[in-house]
Amino acid sequence: MSKKNWPLWEIFVRSKNGLEHRHFGSLHATDAEMALENARDVYTRRNEGVSIWVVESKHIIASNPENNGELFEPAQDKVYRHPTFYTLPDEIKHM
Amino acid sequence: MNSLKNNDPNVLSSGVPDNVQKEMLYNYILGIADNSLILGQRLGELCGHGPNLETDIALTNISLDLLGQTRSYFQYAALLAGDDKTEDDVAFLRIEREYRNILLVEQPGTHFGYVIARQFLFDIYHLLFMEKLQFSKDETLAAIAKKGIKEVSYHVRFSSDWVKRLGDGTEESKLKIQEAIDDLWGYTDEMFHLTEPDTAMISEGIGIDVSGLKELYYSKVSEILNEATLEVPQGTFFQKGGKEGVHSEYMGYILSELQYMQRTYPNMKW
Repeated sequence: MSKKNWPLWEIFVRSKNGLEHRHFGSLHATDAEMALENARDVYTRRNEGVSIWVVESKHIIASNPENNGELFEPAQDKVYRHPTFYTLPDEIKHM
Repeated sequence: MNSLKNNDPNVLSSGVPDNVQKEMLYNYILGIADNSLILGQRLGELCGHGPNLETDIALTNISLDLLGQTRSYFQYAALLAGDDKTEDDVAFLRIEREYRNILLVEQPGTHFGYVIARQFLFDIYHLLFMEKLQFSKDETLAAIAKKGIKEVSYHVRFSSDWVKRLGDGTEESKLKIQEAIDDLWGYTDEMFHLTEPDTAMISEGIGIDVSGLKELYYSKVSEILNEATLEVPQGTFFQKGGKEGVHSEYMGYILSELQYMQRTYPNMKW
């Protein structure tokens, strides 16, 4: 295995048309083209996808888990923000 | 293969006695399939030993593509051979002189440059060949080619990209890929030699005249090498023999590993 690490890339795969791209994992590659090829080989070899996005990991800005308190906890007791007070007809799926 | 009716006497339509033609076709198929078998086996050696996880998986994917194609060819060959022969018999139970692969595919992956150069020099040929074979009069071979073209197109893309990356990469990577291209160059000419089964099958409209692919092959290879800022070797001495069953010193070792299970446990099945 090589000692110098290639940049890390995040891989998003659309499983089938109509669905959104989902994060599948990450891998190493020297450039975007190689990242696409590697993603094809690593994540779609069992027919998992119809489209691939690659993003170099450094371009993803993540929230800091230390801030979870102020970011997420205030939403915990605001049940009125959920649309659970409506009764949905049975015919409507995927809500 | 489903498209072949077992022992159909009309498989080949010519005045030549059927069994002679059948044997020619059998040998013609081996001439195609053994390249994929041996290169697939060579690539398989890298499983768990690739330069990194991603390349490791990519190379073994290619290996599996090639072995998948080999299976289709051998299933067809086994049908032609009759006597309840199976694809495994064809793959594992021949002696060295009966393997028809070109010398290029049995050359060792001395370093990653050799793995890529060997792959690249074969892939360019393989795609040109498959593009012709899909129009073969033999439906089974045409079907295998049609399915294989998509796989092989990806192989070409993968190995060409790597040639460019290494050639136009660092000083060391350039040196190594050039070394490998130079060393393997002498095995390229054999691809375009015609064998007896080739000639017989060309006249049936089944086989491909590989000698006609030569010019296009070298122009495509040169194009990529130029793009990779590599030298196109000018050597004029070429090795040959594999197509006639005369192999390099590496072949015996490849076969002893390939055949080990069938030789040790005859008739074993997975």
